[in-house]
Amino acid sequence: MKNPQLDNNGELQHLLTTEGLPVEIIRDILDRAATFVDVSDGGDIKKTPLLHGKSVFNVFFESSTRTRTTFEIAAKRLSADVVNLNVGSSSTSKGETLLDTVDNLCAMHADMFVVRHAQSGAAHFIARHVAPDVHVINAGDGRHAHPTQALLDMFTIRHYKKEFHNLRVAIVGDVLHSRVARSQIHALTTLGVPEVRVIAPKTLLPRHVEKLGVQVYHDMALGLRDVDAVLMLRLQNERMQGALLPSAQEYFKYYGLTQERLALAKEGAIVMHPGPMNRGVEIDSSVADGPHSVILPQVTFGIAVRMAVMSMLAGNT
Amino acid sequence: MNIHIKNGRLIDPKNRIDSQQDIFIADRRIAAIGKAPQGFAASQVIDAGGLIVMPGLVDVAARLREPGYEYKATLESEMTAAVAGGVTSLSCPPDTDPPLDEPGLVEMLKHRARLLNQARVFPLGALTYGLKGTELTEMIELTEAGCKAFSQADAPLTDTRVLLRAMQYAATFGYRVWLRPQDSFLARNGVAHDGEVATRLGLPTIPVVAETIALATMLQLAGETGVKLHICRISSAAAVELIRNAKREGLAVTCDVSMNHVHLTEMDIGFFDANCHIVPPLRSLRDRDALRAGLKDGTIDAVCSNHSPVDEDAKQLPFAEAEDGATGLELLLPLVLKWAEQERVPLLDALARVTINPALLLGQKIGHLSVGAHADICVYDPGSAWKVEPAALRSQGKNTPFNGYEMQGRVRYTLLDGQVVYQST
Repeated sequence: MKNPQLDNNGELQHLLTTEGLPVEIIRDILDRAATFVDVSDGGDIKKTPLLHGKSVFNVFFESSTRTRTTFEIAAKRLSADVVNLNVGSSSTSKGETLLDTVDNLCAMHADMFVVRHAQSGAAHFIARHVAPDVHVINAGDGRHAHPTQALLDMFTIRHYKKEFHNLRVAIVGDVLHSRVARSQIHALTTLGVPEVRVIAPKTLLPRHVEKLGVQVYHDMALGLRDVDAVLMLRLQNERMQGALLPSAQEYFKYYGLTQERLALAKEGAIVMHPGPMNRGVEIDSSVADGPHSVILPQVTFGIAVRMAVMSMLAGNT
Repeated sequence: MNIHIKNGRLIDPKNRIDSQQDIFIADRRIAAIGKAPQGFAASQVIDAGGLIVMPGLVDVAARLREPGYEYKATLESEMTAAVAGGVTSLSCPPDTDPPLDEPGLVEMLKHRARLLNQARVFPLGALTYGLKGTELTEMIELTEAGCKAFSQADAPLTDTRVLLRAMQYAATFGYRVWLRPQDSFLARNGVAHDGEVATRLGLPTIPVVAETIALATMLQLAGETGVKLHICRISSAAAVELIRNAKREGLAVTCDVSMNHVHLTEMDIGFFDANCHIVPPLRSLRDRDALRAGLKDGTIDAVCSNHSPVDEDAKQLPFAEAEDGATGLELLLPLVLKWAEQERVPLLDALARVTINPALLLGQKIGHLSVGAHADICVYDPGSAWKVEPAALRSQGKNTPFNGYEMQGRVRYTLLDGQVVYQST
């Protein structure tokens, strides 16, 4: 089966998922992002003209301020024209189909779509239907994938740990509903991380999660032992309703990341979170704000990584 | 009109015939096999040299979408598709709009089908009013109107007391109850098998236990009531095992599987191919192999198309939002042949799964080539290979997971009641 995110030359046409993404492309994105860190830092150089004259449409069928903003900043620092569309509140509520919305946006001559949608597979669907010279970046589809988040996480890990082949990484929390976790797992295994763990109660894990190449832990004390990086996931409040968890308090008691638990990890371990955090639910404030936390650098790197992805796609036209 | 079909290889599973014999049709019925009856004068001779002559196929699950969903398909389009696939008899589930819960609706459907004079249509009546799972329909009235069994189609019947009562009532009059096992709580919002693919793609799931828990309940209640129970469209290895044990214990239970599940697995979803969004979900390779084995050893009585045409717009959506269903009437025969070849099942046994076995489930004297029987016949070319191209399908539904597949075996003639209703060009 043809990889739907690569063109006939094996170059990146769309970024839809980290699954099946060749390791060379991932490394290329991370290397390229490193050159943008200075620009994204808001250092001496604020802008680069790589996407000058191109238009980037942020099409969010599901609302998000944070991710949309970082894509917007990244595109603007590349000198692109940026259009933000909150489709969730306009076309689809008027009965327009997803395909009609996409056709209409194509007719406005977008060069790149950044898409978020509540349904798994929506980005693949849109990528199948856009004109061949249009690029699609998946900014999150249902429970399926959030590749730029995973790539910025990889960038962060590489920044602090240099290598991947000697790491032990734990992903903690609601893996079942998490597009971030799925994308992180594929990126970590592709980059050669020898041991990826997931830690959660059974209600928050997909039935066959071990088939993704991870080790399953239900006990934080065992799962965090000797890890180099702890990747926390956000716990949505609605999980208490679906009989998945009894209460936020009980969850925090057994799965919250506290300083005592973090002490089980390797010395110098880093703590990451895709945001927004629920302090006191999945993570204790003393950890979130503590010396191991690299949560704010993640946000900064996120802009550089998104610039790298956009500039790579624009170069592959 | 007298028809003489000569030189064909005649396969009739019911009468265990597999040999080169001529067949003679007079007065809409089979007049003789082998030698012409005295004074027989053919008005049409069909040379079936190199072809296979078999009873017209009987498909126990084909949605015609009338009444109510004519934008998806019509009786005209789907009956044309049926005969192009060699299907001369089909039963349609009651999940139309309105559902088939009133005699008038059933009579109208039968009447419309008769006027088209293509395949025979045997409607299933709704087991409960509006398929809501609360009140019993007038089963006697519906039977007199032409219903051959009673079903909930894919609608849930969560109230086990209602299910018990429905079975008791049906058993009183010897009616067969057709049910697809699925626990609606465990299946809630699910669109894919709870396996590796759904784990990777982040799709909401329908676990195997949703099927087996409902099936175990149905089997227990069938034992309790003595109803003749037909289990529709099983999808898992565990369900095959439950049926096998129930049959061994002497329960009056039968079952069918869709051709989709005989050939496909969750892996075919690939990158969210909405053509593979079907009900029940495609499961693991192990499940598929158990279904194939169950079909071979007779645990599964019949294979059906589960023909469910949907309109194009309804499929042009992300996987979970896309409507479930796939077209199938024109693919049933080649897919049964493919299974038979792959599993080394003799044609005589394989074709029983789409002729006499489903005919018995419907309680009809069809699906065989006995002298005196209705001349419903399919003549196909076993050597003809073709590729599935949606645009070339006669069904109004163009969506199929078999898009682009190579098929072996093409229908050349279909006869209904002694008349040629389809001939390939």
